[in-house]
Amino acid sequence: MNDDYMQQTGRIFDIQRYSIHDGTGIRTIVFLKGCVLRCRWCCNPESQEYKIQEMTVGGKTRIIGRDVTVAEVMEEVMKDGDYYRNSGGGITLSGGECLCQPDFAAALLRASKEMGISTAIESAATLPFENIQKLLPYLDTYLMDIKHINSAKHKEFTGRGNELILENAKKVAASDTYLIIRVPVIPTFNNTPAEIAAIAGFAASLPGVEQFHLLPYHRLGQDKYTGLGRQYLLDGIEPMEQSYVEMLLKTAQQSGLRCQIGG
Amino acid sequence: MKFDTSPIEKTKRIERLLEAFYNAMPEIEPARAELMTESYSQTEDQPEVERKSKAFQHILENIPIIIRDDELIVGSTTLQSRGCQTYPEFSYEWLEAEFDTVATRSADPFNISDDTKKRLKEADKYWKNKTTSELATAYMDERARRAMAHNIFTPGNYFYNGIGHLTVKYWTVIDEGLESIIERAQKVIAGLCVGEPDAPKRRIFCEAVIRSCRGVIRYAERYAELAEKMAASAAADRRRELLKIAEVCRRVPGKPARSFYEACQAFWFVQQLLQVESSGHSISPGRFDQYMYPYYKKDLESGAITREAAQELLDCIWIKLNDINKCRDAASAEGFAGYSLFQNLIVGGQDREGNDATNDLSSMCIEASMHTGLPMPSLSIRVWNGSPHEILVKAVKLTRTGIGLPAYYNDEVIIPALMNRGIPLEEARDYNIIGCVEPQVPGKTDGWHDAAFFNMLRPLELVFTNGHEDGELVTVETGDVLTMTSFDQLFDAYKKQMHVSIALMVNAINAIDYAHAERSPLPFESCLVDGTFESGRTVEEGGAIYNFTGPQGFGIANVADALFAIKKLVFDEKKYTMADFKQAMADNFGKGLTALDAEHIVKTVCANLKAKGEQITPDVVKAVYAGVVASKEISSERREFYDRMLADIEDQPKYGNDIDEIDLFAREVAYTYTRPLETFKNPRGGIFQAGLYPVSANVPLGAQSGATPDGRLSGAPIADGIGPAQGRDKLGPTAAANSVAKVDHLIASNGTLYNQKFHPSALANAKGIDDFITYLRTYFNRKGMHVQFNVVSRETLLDAQKNPDKYRSLVVRVAGYSALFTTLSRSLQDDIISRTTQANTF
Repeated sequence: MNDDYMQQTGRIFDIQRYSIHDGTGIRTIVFLKGCVLRCRWCCNPESQEYKIQEMTVGGKTRIIGRDVTVAEVMEEVMKDGDYYRNSGGGITLSGGECLCQPDFAAALLRASKEMGISTAIESAATLPFENIQKLLPYLDTYLMDIKHINSAKHKEFTGRGNELILENAKKVAASDTYLIIRVPVIPTFNNTPAEIAAIAGFAASLPGVEQFHLLPYHRLGQDKYTGLGRQYLLDGIEPMEQSYVEMLLKTAQQSGLRCQIGG
Repeated sequence: MKFDTSPIEKTKRIERLLEAFYNAMPEIEPARAELMTESYSQTEDQPEVERKSKAFQHILENIPIIIRDDELIVGSTTLQSRGCQTYPEFSYEWLEAEFDTVATRSADPFNISDDTKKRLKEADKYWKNKTTSELATAYMDERARRAMAHNIFTPGNYFYNGIGHLTVKYWTVIDEGLESIIERAQKVIAGLCVGEPDAPKRRIFCEAVIRSCRGVIRYAERYAELAEKMAASAAADRRRELLKIAEVCRRVPGKPARSFYEACQAFWFVQQLLQVESSGHSISPGRFDQYMYPYYKKDLESGAITREAAQELLDCIWIKLNDINKCRDAASAEGFAGYSLFQNLIVGGQDREGNDATNDLSSMCIEASMHTGLPMPSLSIRVWNGSPHEILVKAVKLTRTGIGLPAYYNDEVIIPALMNRGIPLEEARDYNIIGCVEPQVPGKTDGWHDAAFFNMLRPLELVFTNGHEDGELVTVETGDVLTMTSFDQLFDAYKKQMHVSIALMVNAINAIDYAHAERSPLPFESCLVDGTFESGRTVEEGGAIYNFTGPQGFGIANVADALFAIKKLVFDEKKYTMADFKQAMADNFGKGLTALDAEHIVKTVCANLKAKGEQITPDVVKAVYAGVVASKEISSERREFYDRMLADIEDQPKYGNDIDEIDLFAREVAYTYTRPLETFKNPRGGIFQAGLYPVSANVPLGAQSGATPDGRLSGAPIADGIGPAQGRDKLGPTAAANSVAKVDHLIASNGTLYNQKFHPSALANAKGIDDFITYLRTYFNRKGMHVQFNVVSRETLLDAQKNPDKYRSLVVRVAGYSALFTTLSRSLQDDIISRTTQANTF
C-alpha cells in the first residue's frame, strides 16, 4: 500500500517548532532518540540512549522518548505548514543520530516532500552509507557535523574514530543533496586555530560545499546530566569569549567557504 | 525607490532633551484646577457647553507657560517636565484621599507639594456634587453598583476621568487653520433660522467653538510673545531658534501651515490642548505619516528642510508626547501602569483606494521611537498583504530594542471588521488605532473604547456560588453546581452569568455616558470631529458620525482552561466531582488564604456582627481573624488531594498549544462575551462592541479573583490579552499564535491584544528578522488582528529568576537546543542572561 510509509514507527523525544537556527526559514525539528557517539559536550544527553528513560527536570520526573508513527509526527509538523511555505522552511531531523532509525527517518522525509516542505537533517554521519542512501532521495539539506580531523582525538572525545564520517561526507557531497559542514567548537578538544583550519580545509575540498558553521560550546545541557544521574565530563569548562570565536571564524574563512557563527 | 528606510543619526539636541526629561520627577500642579474653578463659579446660569468653552479660554489665557531649553516644538501643560494638572470637574475625592501616598505609591508616583495640596483642596471645594462621577453614580442602577462593588467589572476610567479616546481632524487645523473653523461656525450662526428646533443648541455650540478656537490661538500667541522675550537675552544660536519659534506660533494653529515645521507645531498645539480641555487619555494622533507627508515632501523638494532636520522635529514631538502626564487613582494606575497616555500614532497600511500608503515619514516615525526609546507615542504599524518588506524590517529593528513597540495591526482583519459595523469601504481603509488596540475611523468616531474592564473569571466564580457572594445575590441564580449532571448545564449557567453581568456593566457604562453628555460636553474637541456642526451636539452628546461603546473582556484563556478541565475530569473521566471543584476553589487548592482574601472575609464578618449590633473593637477583629484562619486550616491529607488535583488539571490540554479541541472551545468562551455585548445600545445612538484585552489590569483584577478550576490560585494574575495563560503555552510562538488565531477576532471590533515574548537570539541576524516577519505575516494570514512583541530583556530574565511561576513558558533557544528558562539551574540562567546582552549584531 502506498500509505505504508505513513505507518512506519520510530522513537522520538521532542518536537520543537519555530526553530530558525537549523536550516532555511522557519522549521520544526523532530528529535530522534538514540546515537552511536557519546560526545562529552553533548547538550542533549537524553538523546543518546535508544531506550526510553526517565529524567528529572525542574524537580519533576519526565519520561524521555515515545514511539510514534510518521503520520502522527506529520500531523504535528504540518500544523505550521503555512509558516514553512511562507519562509522556505520545513522539517529538520535531529537527535540523537537520525541515521540510527533510517527507515523511520526516510519515511518522515518522504512524507515531508509529499507535503511540499523543505527537508533537512542534522547528523554526524557515523553510520554506514546505506543508511544515508535511504534518506538522500528525499533530503534537501544535510547539516553534517565534522568534529575533528584527527581520528584518535575524535575517538577520545566521542567514543569513535572519524574515518566513516569523512568517507560519508565525500559521498554525500557527490550526491544532489546540499551539504553544509558544521563544527561544534569545544575548548580542550578542537578550538585551536590549527584544528579549525584543518576541518575547514577538509570541508572546502568537498565538491559543492559552500557553507561552514561554527557552533561555539555552551553548557546549557549541563543540568540534564544531573537529571539523568550522570556526571558532566566537561565540568568547569567555560564558554569561549566572543572575540576568540571571531578569531576562529577568520581562520575558517581562509578556506574560502562562507563561514558563520551559529546555525 | 518609493521610500527611504535608512537610519538617521540622533542629534545632540535630542540627547540633551532626553537627559533633562529623565531627570524630572513627575509632579502635580494646581493652576488648571484653580482657573477652571474660577471660571465655573462665574457661569452657573449658562448652558454647559458655553461654560466649558469659557473655562477653556480662561485657562489658555492664564495658565503659566514655559519654553524649555533646547525645545523647537513648544507648548507645555505644566511648568515641570512630565508634570500633570488635575481635573476636578470629573472627580477629585480620590486624589485628596491619596494626597499623602501619591508620591510614594509603587505604580506611577507623583510628587505633590504642600502648597499644591492646599490650593487644590480650596479649588476642589467648589466641585462637591458637581462632578461627572457623582452624576454617574446617581444614574446607575443599584444592581449595577453592587456588581461593580463585587469587582465583576470596573468602569473606573470614565467614571473618574474624561473620555479622550478619539482621533480628531488634525489635518483640518494644519491645512486650513483654526480661523477656518471659526469662519465655519460664524456661517452656521448666520444661516440659522430662529424657528428651527435645533437652532438654540446649534448657536450655543458654534459660539462655544469660536471661543475655544480663539483661546487656542491666543495660547499660541502667548508662546510667540514668550519666545520673543527670551530671544532678547539668549545667545545667538538660541536667539535664532526662539525667533523662529515666535514666527511659527504667530502663524499656527490659527492660519494654515506653510512648512513642515509649522505643520509640526500646529499638530502639537492640537494634541496638547485636547488634553487640557478634557482629562481623557488615548487621544491618538492616528495616521500622522499620512497627513504630515505633503508638508515634508514639499519642503524636502524645495530644499527648505533636510531629512535630518525633519527627523529632529519629529524627535522633538516624540519627547513632547511624553511630557504630557496624567495622575490616576492608585487602582487605575496599576491597571494602566507606566505613566502611559496611550497616544497611538500609526504608520503604513493602505490608503482609501487600497494602495500601499508607506512613505518616508513612516520610516522616520519608527526612527524617532528608536532615537527616544520612550513609551509615547504608542507607535503602531498597519500591515496588509501588500506591505513592503523593508518597512517591516525597519519595524522589527525597533521591536528588537525591547521597548515593546511598535504594535502590529492587520488591515486584512480590521477593515472587514469595521465594515461589519456599517463603515463604508473607503473609510474603513482609512482606519487608525485608538489607545491600545481599538480601531476606528479618524475624525468621525466617538468610540468610547476602554469603557470598562470586564473580568470573565468572576462570572465563573458566581456559577459556583449560584450568583451569591457575601450573603447577597449579585447577579442571577443559575442553579446549584452540585446538581448539574452534564457539561452543557454548566456551560449554560456560565453563559447566563455572563449575559446578566454584561447587562449590569452596560447599565453602569450608560449611566456614565449620560453624565458626560450632561456635565462634560467639550466644544474644542467636538469642532474637530465630523457631524457636530450639523446637529449642534458635541461628541459627548452623540454628535459624531459613528458612535460605539467598547468595554474590554479578558480572561478567555483561564475560563477556557477551567471549563475544559471540568469537562474532562468531572463529566468525561469522572475522576473528580463538582463538589471537589467547588471546595477546591473555596480552599484555594489548599494553598492558604491570600492576605486580600483574609482581609475581605474578616471585614465581611465584622460588618455582619456590626449589623447585629455588636461593638467592633480591635480585640473582636483579632478574634475574628484567628477564627477565619482556623476555619481555613486544611488537613495534610486534604492538601495532598489538592496537589493531585492540581497535577491532574495541569495535565489537561491548555489553550495556547495549537490543540483544536481546546482552542475551538476557547473560541466559544470568547463568544460568551462578544455576542451578547453587541446586542446592547448606548445613549449616543450606537452599539456596544467587544474588545478582548486587559491593558495591564489582568494583574490587579486577578488579585480580586478567587481560585479558578484551571488551577489558577486565588489572587494570581489573569491571562494577558487574548493570549494563553501565563506559562501554559509550551510549544513556542507558532503554536501559541495558531491557537490565538482560532478565536474569532472579527467580531471583537473594539480590538484584540496578543503579546508574544521573544528572546533576542531569535532576532539576532538578517535571517532571524526575515523569519520573524514571516511569523508575523502568517499569524495575520490566519486572521489575527494585533500582535506586539516583548523581546525579553536582561531585566526580564532577572525577574524570571526571582518569579519563575510567571515565566514558566519562557523558552531559550540556540542551535539544536532549547530549554525552558525557569527549569535551568541558577548558574546556567546566569549564562543565558550574559548571552542576552550580546545579541543584536545585525
